[in-house]
Amino acid sequence: MSKLNLIIRREFIAKVRNKSFIIMTFLSPLLFVGMGVFIGFLANMNKDTKTKIGILDTENVLLSQFENDKEYVYYNLNALDFKTAKDSAESGLDGLLYVPKTADVQELKAKVIYVSEDSPSIEFISEVENKIDALLTNDSLVKLGFDYKKIEQAQVDASLKLEKFSGEESLKGINEIKVAIGGACGYLIMMFIIIYGNFVMRSVIEEKTSRIIEIIISSVKPFQLMMGKIIGNSLAGILQFVIWALVGGILFFVVTNYFGLQMGASSAVTGDMAVNVPTDGMQKLQMYLLEIAQLPLGTLFASLLIYFIGGYFLYSSFYAAIGAAVDSETDSQQFLLPIIMPLMLGVYIGFFTVINDPHGTVATIFSFIPLTSPIVMLMRIPFGVPIWQLILSIAILYASFGLVVWMAAKIYRIGILMHGKKPTWKELCKWLKY
Amino acid sequence: MNSILEIQNITKQYGDFTALNGVSLSVPEGVVYGLLGPNGAGKTSLIRIINQITMPDSGSVLINGEKLAQKHISQIGYMPEERGLYKSMKVGEQCLYLAQLKGMTKAEAKKQLDYWFEKFGITSWWNKKIQELSKGMAQKVQFIVTVLHKPKLLIFDEPFSGFDPVNANLIKDEIIQLSKEGSSIIFSTHRMESVEEMCDHIALIHKSNKLIEGKIDEVKRQFRTHKFKVGVISQDVESLMYQLTQKYKVANTSFKSLNKDLQLEIDLNGNTSNDLLQLLMQKGMVTHFEENVPTINDIFIQSVS
Repeated sequence: MSKLNLIIRREFIAKVRNKSFIIMTFLSPLLFVGMGVFIGFLANMNKDTKTKIGILDTENVLLSQFENDKEYVYYNLNALDFKTAKDSAESGLDGLLYVPKTADVQELKAKVIYVSEDSPSIEFISEVENKIDALLTNDSLVKLGFDYKKIEQAQVDASLKLEKFSGEESLKGINEIKVAIGGACGYLIMMFIIIYGNFVMRSVIEEKTSRIIEIIISSVKPFQLMMGKIIGNSLAGILQFVIWALVGGILFFVVTNYFGLQMGASSAVTGDMAVNVPTDGMQKLQMYLLEIAQLPLGTLFASLLIYFIGGYFLYSSFYAAIGAAVDSETDSQQFLLPIIMPLMLGVYIGFFTVINDPHGTVATIFSFIPLTSPIVMLMRIPFGVPIWQLILSIAILYASFGLVVWMAAKIYRIGILMHGKKPTWKELCKWLKY
Repeated sequence: MNSILEIQNITKQYGDFTALNGVSLSVPEGVVYGLLGPNGAGKTSLIRIINQITMPDSGSVLINGEKLAQKHISQIGYMPEERGLYKSMKVGEQCLYLAQLKGMTKAEAKKQLDYWFEKFGITSWWNKKIQELSKGMAQKVQFIVTVLHKPKLLIFDEPFSGFDPVNANLIKDEIIQLSKEGSSIIFSTHRMESVEEMCDHIALIHKSNKLIEGKIDEVKRQFRTHKFKVGVISQDVESLMYQLTQKYKVANTSFKSLNKDLQLEIDLNGNTSNDLLQLLMQKGMVTHFEENVPTINDIFIQSVS
């Protein structure tokens, strides 16, 4: 077996056998799904407590428009005057909606009052405002001599149909899906680089502080050791990722199935309204799925792999060099910042510019710069990227990986034998020349 | 005698600092070779070059007459001054890994490991992690890892620093045994006296330069002072001293003795030791007669100043 293989195997096994790795691998998906379920549970719990609202509307202008629903229960307080209504609302209800008596209904424009201890939700405010708006608009229309019923009939809700040059129909929401897919890939790469880059660095520091390094590099070249470390750790990472995907997928399937059944059961109780919604929703979902299937998924996954390997190797080389230069993890902070910055920049650029303009100048430039390209380019790919850009970007990434590995190997070679002193940036540059 | 290791005019610089300045050495096959010099003399730099950890700026290294290359890694065993092992790795796995890195097959390594573990009585450690072992235990493992692949050339950098006396002795015996079996051994140390007894050859390095190299007795002969420590019991000290000072340079000295004797250090001053002995015997009873053999430390101090 070649020495590089031996090192890769050792690094992989050392990583995978680590207790924290095992715990992380199997606990994370549980935590993740558990969190989702917990949040869902909280949201549902919130819906169970109904907000009780009293309405004082002696003229019955708005009263009839409020119907009890899942979240709100309305009480007619017309028998009371404003003061008693307010008192009783304060003691027994969550709020009081007061529609004062006016000569002209138009005066209500700024006179409807909602009294409550806690501020009402934005949703509720806009609902009430919408109702007043509609009422007053209709009233104005009637006063101006229009028949608002006819106007209602005449109103049209158009929708723009989106098509590609190839003739396929696209959905409006698909851009969000593209952003979500690209963003997820980019974010994944960033997280992976940071987590596993750190593993590489820690492993280098461990060899340095345990002083085994000199024994190892009397048997293998420092470059082999460094590459073995990077590759071994990345394999451990890929394994972890695959396990996450599998466990997460299974858990997600189980949980959604379970909740899906429950939801189906509850909607059956609510009545016939609910029957139409799922079928409609299902159709939409199917269309979305079709649309997603039409995305350049092959390119996306191939690129995910290529950029993942390129980006991870590039950054890991930095991490390995830093690990070699310092004596302990606390000393590494100063050198880590400039490495994490471009990663963050990539994610920000991805989320702010790519969404607005996937093929704009900024997005294009940053998808060529090797330090950001793994993130930015992946976010662009769902929107369709010219093949030459893709090839150029990958070529730049791998070329700079070669350069960085060469530099990192130089720093690594010297750093691993240096003890005691924390080097400065200037010294690191000097090491490059040895 | 063939040279297992030939170092020719090696120079190594770190920035402005010259670690080795045109150093040449020749290590004959089968000897125990002491690479001596104070801290910072350049010993470790030289050893790292032999182990291909660093490259010399100029000069060349020959192993058995061949230019040093990757394939020689399996022929060299190296125990660095700063010793260490993977703390959280099991002893057995670690030894197998390090042996395989040296080019052994797994089966071969396992066989050798069984032999050494048996020999040191540590077979029960196989599945223990290094961090569960005491320092002395780890040192045994370290030694095994160094010699496991039966290297022709063994290099020990400060071999006895950090070893407890029991382990140090054990390892000393093993090294002597390996030497008898034909391995060539290089010791590097700044404690000159510690390996004097074990070495056949020495080289003295000081401030990046080689000062002296050769067989240890030849080097000592070269630096002999022709001074003798003498103990004598005489009735007529005055006359003895008079006659001695006529022919020799005489100085007082002291050494441990069971007799109440006159203790002198006498420089032969070109005469033979027999002449001196005859004179002493005429004037009294000789209780002590010993040549001042220079220690390596003496030689070092003398050649530096």
